[in-house]
Amino acid sequence: MLKTDPYTINIGPQHPSAHGGLRAETIMDGEDVQDVIVHLGYVHRSVEKIAESRTYAQFVPYASRLDYLASHLPTLGYVQAVEKLLGITVPERAEYIRVIVAELSRIASHLIFAGSLAIDLGATTGMIYCYRDRERIMDMFEMSSGQRLIASYMRIGGVSHDFPDSFYPAVKSFLGDLPKMISEYHGLLSGNEILQARCKGVGVLSADDAIAYGITGPNLRASGVAYDIRREDPYGIYDRFEFNVPTGHCGDSWDRYTVRIEEIEQSGRIIEQALRDMPAGDYLGKVPRIIKPPAGREVYHRIESAKGELGYHIVSNGTDKPHRVHVRAPSFVNMMALPLVSRGGKLQDIITNIATLDPVLGESDR
Amino acid sequence: MTSHDNSIGVGAAELMAALRQLAGIDEISQDEFFVYLQVDVSRLVSVMRSLLNDWGMNYLANLSAVDYDSEFEVVYHLYAIPDNGKKIAVKVRVPHQQAQVPSLVTVFPTADWQEREAFDLMGISFSGHPNLVRILLPDDFSGHPLRKDFRKEA
Repeated sequence: MLKTDPYTINIGPQHPSAHGGLRAETIMDGEDVQDVIVHLGYVHRSVEKIAESRTYAQFVPYASRLDYLASHLPTLGYVQAVEKLLGITVPERAEYIRVIVAELSRIASHLIFAGSLAIDLGATTGMIYCYRDRERIMDMFEMSSGQRLIASYMRIGGVSHDFPDSFYPAVKSFLGDLPKMISEYHGLLSGNEILQARCKGVGVLSADDAIAYGITGPNLRASGVAYDIRREDPYGIYDRFEFNVPTGHCGDSWDRYTVRIEEIEQSGRIIEQALRDMPAGDYLGKVPRIIKPPAGREVYHRIESAKGELGYHIVSNGTDKPHRVHVRAPSFVNMMALPLVSRGGKLQDIITNIATLDPVLGESDR
Repeated sequence: MTSHDNSIGVGAAELMAALRQLAGIDEISQDEFFVYLQVDVSRLVSVMRSLLNDWGMNYLANLSAVDYDSEFEVVYHLYAIPDNGKKIAVKVRVPHQQAQVPSLVTVFPTADWQEREAFDLMGISFSGHPNLVRILLPDDFSGHPLRKDFRKEA
């Protein structure tokens, strides 16, 4: 019988489907993947160390550069953690504004996911449609915060500006078009035989493994576990909204794709309810000019970001700068699933698996 | 006005009373969000194992290391999937000179990379870890930048 030695193929860090600086060292046995060793750190910017020399308010722009595809989510998690640390409350209107931009961010992130999955598998057309629709969200972020991609819109105690008048027609027409967009994605992507063949049964992650390895977000829900922090441990005002938690059946790449497309619809529902119920009032509460939480306090606050559980562990020392900020990045922990789901598969499945595990390297490397 | 209403809520007192029975807990306290268990480093693995097996805390959400003056503190934030309303933070303290904590990879596989990160950035050695190498910084980097005594050169 013919015997071959295992050999190594490097995917990344400079590779179109490495999503920005991920290296997967792949040990191959013939055509089968024996193991994948993930190398991170190519985008490490020592964000946690920088936080210790910035005031609490100054860290917000750094947080927006963690998950730069959905920048309102990491900044939301950070300011809510500091608000917990201080024990301050946020005006009602600010809470609703936060929910609207956070869910728009989630949609934007999931559109990038679907678009980049399409292009990773060779379907350029699918990508163009997703990016076309995401562009409208970027325009809305520009209206509300002045920044498109890495918006530092969140403030400790609220948000930096109220929505301008032009925002409402934009978001309403976007929500009106959402069902049409989704049926377009289903036509272009979900109905595409090649995409189905490349995703179905590829990279199966069992529910037990997902929980044991701390996989969160759509990746966990695709494995059939209906665990969404917005539902299980609601933060802000998420207990006021009605939405479903979509789950998959077998935890393969296809489920990870369909769960995210369904989440886009659910985010649309949440935004509709938030627009309907949003009261008038302040968008920024009264907070001390210099934020100085008492010494020795600590808090762990987590939100459901587009990628999974995003947590901030903040320890104060009585000064205007934090003693320690630790970011529990969902992309970092979720990448532990890559070797798990890729072993025994083929080389091209790794591309699918990276795309459907949907890491954002700014967040995983910090 | 709203507050972030995800506190540990009712049952916290009962939870604390019951947790007192758990062997190996040095100190137990709570704030509005978590029940904190201060555990001696030698009993960490057994405490974590019984939190997993007897208390259903099957989800190690976060592992972070904090540098205090002469000690490191490693904090483990535990939840349950599906959620059972309990939020438990386990803390161990080790002196600077002997920054060694037993690895939890055999109890919670998710500890693997999170422990590597704490080793990489804070220099805490997790004994029994199968592959304790740097994860974010280059392999030839010297020092552990999140330590308070780390000096930046640039």
